[in-house]
Amino acid sequence: MKFTIGWLKEHLDTQKKDNELIEKLTDIGLEVESFENLSSGLDSFKVAKIINADQHPNADRLRICDVDIGLDDTVKVVCGAPNAKKDLLTVYAGPGSIIPKNNMKLSVSKIRGVTSYGMLCSESELNLSNESEGITELTTSKYSDKIGKNFFQSNTEKVVDLSITPNRPDCLGVRGIARDLAAAGVGKLKKISLKNIKKNGSQKIKVSITKDKNQGCTVFGSCLIEGVTNKESPQWLKEKIISLGQKPISAVVDITNYVMLDLNRPLHAYDADKIDKEIIVRNSKKGETFEALDNKEYKLDDDMCVISDKSGVLGLGGIIGGTRSGTEINTKNILLESAYFIPRSIRKTSKLLNIDTDAKFRFERGIDPQSIELGLSKAAELISEICGGKISNFDIQQTDKHEKNKIKFNVSLFEKITGFKVNDNEIIKILTDLGFEVSKEKFELDLKIPTWRPDITQPIDIVEEIVRIKGYENIETLQPEKTKIKDTLNAQQKLFHFLQRSVASKGYFETVTWSFTDSKINKLFRENLKEIKIVNPISSELDVLRNSIFTNLTFYLKKNLDRGFKDISLFEIGPIFKGSKPGEQSTIIGAIKSGKVSRLNWNEKDRIVDVFDVKKDVIQTLVEAGYDRQSFFVRDKSPSYYHPGKSGSVYLDKEEIDPVAYFGEIHPNILKKLDIKTEGLVGFEIYIDYLREHKTKLKDLKTNFEYSDYQKSERDFAFVVDKNIKAQDLIEIISSIDKNLIRSIKIFDIYEGENIPQDKKSIALNITIQSSKKTLEESDLEKINKLIISTVETKSGAKIRS
Amino acid sequence: MSDIKKIKDDYLNKLNNDLNIESLNQIKTELFGKNGKISNSFKKLGSLPNDERKKFASDLNSIKNELQDKINSKLQEIETKEINSKLENEKVDVTLPEREFSRGKIHPVSQVIDEISSIFSEIGFSVEEGPDIENEHYNFTALNTPDNHPARDMHDTFYIDNNKELLLRTHTSPVQVRTMLNGKPPFKIIAPGRTYRSDSDQTHSPMFHQVEGLHIDKDINMGHLKGCLNYFIKSFFEVDKIKMRFRPSHFPFTEPSAEVDIGYEIKDGKIVIGEGDKWLEILGCGMVHPNVLKNVKVNPDKYQGYAFGIGIDRLGMLKYGINDLRAFFETDYRWLNHFGFDPLDVPSNYRGLSR
Repeated sequence: MKFTIGWLKEHLDTQKKDNELIEKLTDIGLEVESFENLSSGLDSFKVAKIINADQHPNADRLRICDVDIGLDDTVKVVCGAPNAKKDLLTVYAGPGSIIPKNNMKLSVSKIRGVTSYGMLCSESELNLSNESEGITELTTSKYSDKIGKNFFQSNTEKVVDLSITPNRPDCLGVRGIARDLAAAGVGKLKKISLKNIKKNGSQKIKVSITKDKNQGCTVFGSCLIEGVTNKESPQWLKEKIISLGQKPISAVVDITNYVMLDLNRPLHAYDADKIDKEIIVRNSKKGETFEALDNKEYKLDDDMCVISDKSGVLGLGGIIGGTRSGTEINTKNILLESAYFIPRSIRKTSKLLNIDTDAKFRFERGIDPQSIELGLSKAAELISEICGGKISNFDIQQTDKHEKNKIKFNVSLFEKITGFKVNDNEIIKILTDLGFEVSKEKFELDLKIPTWRPDITQPIDIVEEIVRIKGYENIETLQPEKTKIKDTLNAQQKLFHFLQRSVASKGYFETVTWSFTDSKINKLFRENLKEIKIVNPISSELDVLRNSIFTNLTFYLKKNLDRGFKDISLFEIGPIFKGSKPGEQSTIIGAIKSGKVSRLNWNEKDRIVDVFDVKKDVIQTLVEAGYDRQSFFVRDKSPSYYHPGKSGSVYLDKEEIDPVAYFGEIHPNILKKLDIKTEGLVGFEIYIDYLREHKTKLKDLKTNFEYSDYQKSERDFAFVVDKNIKAQDLIEIISSIDKNLIRSIKIFDIYEGENIPQDKKSIALNITIQSSKKTLEESDLEKINKLIISTVETKSGAKIRS
Repeated sequence: MSDIKKIKDDYLNKLNNDLNIESLNQIKTELFGKNGKISNSFKKLGSLPNDERKKFASDLNSIKNELQDKINSKLQEIETKEINSKLENEKVDVTLPEREFSRGKIHPVSQVIDEISSIFSEIGFSVEEGPDIENEHYNFTALNTPDNHPARDMHDTFYIDNNKELLLRTHTSPVQVRTMLNGKPPFKIIAPGRTYRSDSDQTHSPMFHQVEGLHIDKDINMGHLKGCLNYFIKSFFEVDKIKMRFRPSHFPFTEPSAEVDIGYEIKDGKIVIGEGDKWLEILGCGMVHPNVLKNVKVNPDKYQGYAFGIGIDRLGMLKYGINDLRAFFETDYRWLNHFGFDPLDVPSNYRGLSR
C-alpha cells in the first residue's frame, strides 16, 4: 500500500515530523517497507525550450534541436516529433534518465550520424497520458519562467510503502491508515468534507440482485451521471495517481481509482449507454463468456457473481469489469457502481479464473459495506466537478443490512493476555478512536465493531487492538520459567542424534538435500515403493518426493567428482517417503563412499573402497549405539541398486523380520546410467525406525560386571569347507558348542587355490577358550578341541585341515 | 685379611674401566667362578681358627656384596649403552606425515538444531516432530486459516494431490496441532524440521527449516513470550545483551501476533548481532489464537500461551556468516568442509554451545 505523506495529511491533522509518523506506523503493526523519494529518479526531467529546430541532414522525419535547459549552453537533441518546433516549451530528459513508461535508461547516442544528448519526451513516455504523437507541449504562461527547473516538482514528496497484513483491509485506504495513527496519538483524524452535491431525479437504469443460492453480492449502490465530458485528469489528480506508481487513464477512471486508494472503496464506472436496459446481479451459468478489461476472454463456471444486463455478462462483480460496457474518453453518460461482495465468493471465483486485480484484492479481504454511499458521493462530486454532468439520486439495492457486530469485552482479559495493565479510560479512548462504539458496564465493555474491521470478531481481537496501539514495548520481559514437563528428547530422537554424530565421526560429511528429487534418478532406487509426484514442482528435475536418500547423494556425488574430488564420503539423515499420506515416511541414514583408502600415502598401500569398509561403518555405528554385535545376523539379500554379490543386510538378531541396515557396493549399472566415474562406490543405509529401543538402561547394564581371571588359551583351526558355507554360520556352529568356554572366535585367513579342491575354501580361525570357574587342564582343552572339530565337521561338512 | 682387601681393590679398579660385556663376564668368573678368587676365599673359612673366622667371614661377605653390586651396576650400564646405541640406528624422520585419518563433519543445520534444542532444554522444553507431508486441515484449517482466508496466499504450497488435500507442510505449526490433539495441557515444546514453499531465489529455497515453539499453561502471557525469546536469542548468539523489538503483525493462528526484530550493525563487512541501530526481522510469534485451542480440544478459557516460529537456516547464516541460503542444500564438499562442525562438538549446556 503506497501513499504520500501529503495525502495522509489530508486525513490526519498532525504536527509530527515524517520520521515520527513512519516509526509510529511500524509500532502499530503497519510495517513500513520503504520510505523514499519517488521522484529521485525524476530529477533529471527538466522544463526546456527549443531554441532552434533544424532538419536532420540524413533523415526527413528527424530534427536537430538546440534546447535551452537553463544552462549557459544549449544542448543538441535529435527529435522525431512533428511538433518539435522553435520556441516550444517541453520536457527534456538528460542522459542517465530513466523513462517512466518503459524504464529505459537514456545515454548519449548517435542518431543517423548526429550525436543526441538526451531526449524530448512525449506525455505517454512520462506516463502523463496516452498521448504519444508528439512531445509534451507546456503552456507558456505557466512554464516560461521555469526553464531548467525540475518538471516533476510536486513529486519530490516522499512515498511510503506499507506491507499491509491480510487482516487489515481498512488500511488499504489512506483514511484507514490515518485513523490508526490518530488512535496512536500522533494526530487527529479529520472529518471527511463532502460538498453538498445536487442530485436530480431517480437513477433510471433498473438494478436488481437475484436471490440465487450463495449470491456473492449483498449491496449494490449506483448513480447515473449524465452529460459528462470525460477528459484527461487535472494535474493534481494525475500527480496523485502517478505518485503511487500508477498510470493516469482518464478523469472518470482516475477518480474511481482515487476514491479506492483514498477510502478503500472500490467503484466501477459503466458507460450507461452500453448497458442493455437493466443491471442484474446474478450467479453465472456454466459456459457463459465475457471479455474483461484485461482484454482476455473468460469462460465462466456455475455460480460466479456477475453483473449482467439483458444481453449478458458485463463483468465479474468486485473482480473485473468487461470491455463491452467500459467507459471511454467520449463516454457521455456514466453509471457508477458502489457495491459489497462477499469475500469468500470473490476468492473462489478469482482462484478458479486465476484473476488478480486491485478490486479483487480488496473485496477478498473485506470492504466496508457501509461505505457504499460515501464512495458514490465522493466520486460523483469529483466527476461533476471535473467532467460536469447531472447526478441522479442514489439507488441502493441490498439483501443484507450489514449492521455493526457487537461483542462484550471483559477488560481483565487484557492483563491476562499481555501481562500489563491499562486503565479503563485509556482502553475506551483507544477503542473509540479506532471507530468502536463503546459503552461501559461494570467490568465489561459493550462494543459495536466498526464495519470496516471484518477481522474483529472476538474479545482476543480487542486485546490485540489495545496492545498494538498502546505499544508492544509496554510488555514486560519476564524471566523464563524452567519447569520441565518431560524429557527433552525421546528415545528415538536420542538415537537419531547419536547415530548422526556416530556416522560423521567415521569420516563422512553430513549433507542436507531436498526431500524432492528427479524422478529419473529416483526410479533407479525406488524398488517397489510408490512414486509420489508433486503436483506443482519447482522444476521438472524436482518432480517427486524421494523414495531413497541415495537419489540425491549420488546426484551430488557426481557434482563433487566433477569438481575434482575423488575420495568422497557423504551421508544424510532424513526422511524418505513411502506413500502420499502424512506419516508414510521413514527416517533413514544414507551414506556413500567413493574412490580409495590411503590414496598417495607414503607408508600405506592404497586400495579401492570395498564392501567391508561400509560393513565396518554400519556395524561399528550400531555397536556404538548400544546394539549387541554377538546377536547381529547378516543376510546376503539387499535392494537391487546394490551389487548383487557384494552387498548384504543386517538384522539385530536372526529372528527379526526387518533388516536395520543395508550395505554394499552400488550396482555398476547405476554408475553407468548416472555417468559416475570413480574407482569404487560403496554405501550403506540404516533404518532408524526399525532400531528398537533398548530394553535395559545403561545404569542396569553397567552394574552387571563379570570377568574371569583364569588362564585363557588360544587354539588355531583351519577347516576346508564348501565355498557356499558362510563364515557367519561357521562361527555360529562353534560358538554354540559351549558358550561358557568359547570366548572369542577370530577368522584370520580365507584361502582358495592350490591344494584346496575347486569348490572348497579354507577358513582359518583362532579360538579363545577360558573358563570363569577354574584354570583349564590340558585334558579339558583337548576335549573341547575335539568337540569343536567334530561338531564343525558334522554340522557343516567341513574337514579339518591337517 | 689383606689378601681379600687386595682382591677387592684390584677388582674395583678393573671395574671402573670401560668394559664390554665379555670382559665383565671374565671378571665375574675370576671372582665368583668355581675357582674364583672370592669362592676360594670362602673355602679358606674352615681352616681358620674360631676367633678369626667370624670376622673374616663378615669381611669377606661385605667385600663379596660390594663387588657383586658393582658388577650389577656395571652390567646395567653396559646394557643401557648397548640399547642406546641400537636405538640410535633406528631413528626415523618423525616429520613425515602421520598415518591418514579421516574427519567427518556435521551440517550447520543439524548443528544449529542441536544448539536450539540445547537452549530450550535448559528452560524445560521438549522436542516434538511431525510428518513432512501434511493434510490441508493440519497445515491450514486447524490453524485458523480456512480455505477462503487470504493468508493462504502468503504460503506458496507444494501439493501432492490434485484436490489440494495433501501438501508439503509450509511451516512447522502443524506439529502444534498434532501435539495438542495427542496430549493434555500443559504443553511446552519445540518442533524443529523441514518446511517447504514453492519459491526459489537468493534468499528463498523450496525447502528450508523452521523451529516451532509452543508453551500452553494456565497463566502464560506475552511477558513470558518476550522473556523466553529474549533468553533464546541471547543464548543462541552467545552475547550478553540483545536489542529486541516486538512489532505487531498478523498470523491467523496467533492473536495478538508479533514479529521480532533484533538490532545489528555491520562491522568490517560482517553482521554483529546485538548492537547498532539497524533492525533485522528474525521470527514471528504471538499468543495462540483461541480458535486454534478450540480446534485441538483445549479450553481457551482455562489455558493460554504463546507460539513462535523461527527460520533455522537464517539463524545459522547470521551466526556463522553464511551468505547464500541455497548453498546449504547443494552438497559442495568444500562448503561442507568449511561450514561443517566436528561431530564431537556437541552443543550442550555445560560445555557451552560452541567452541
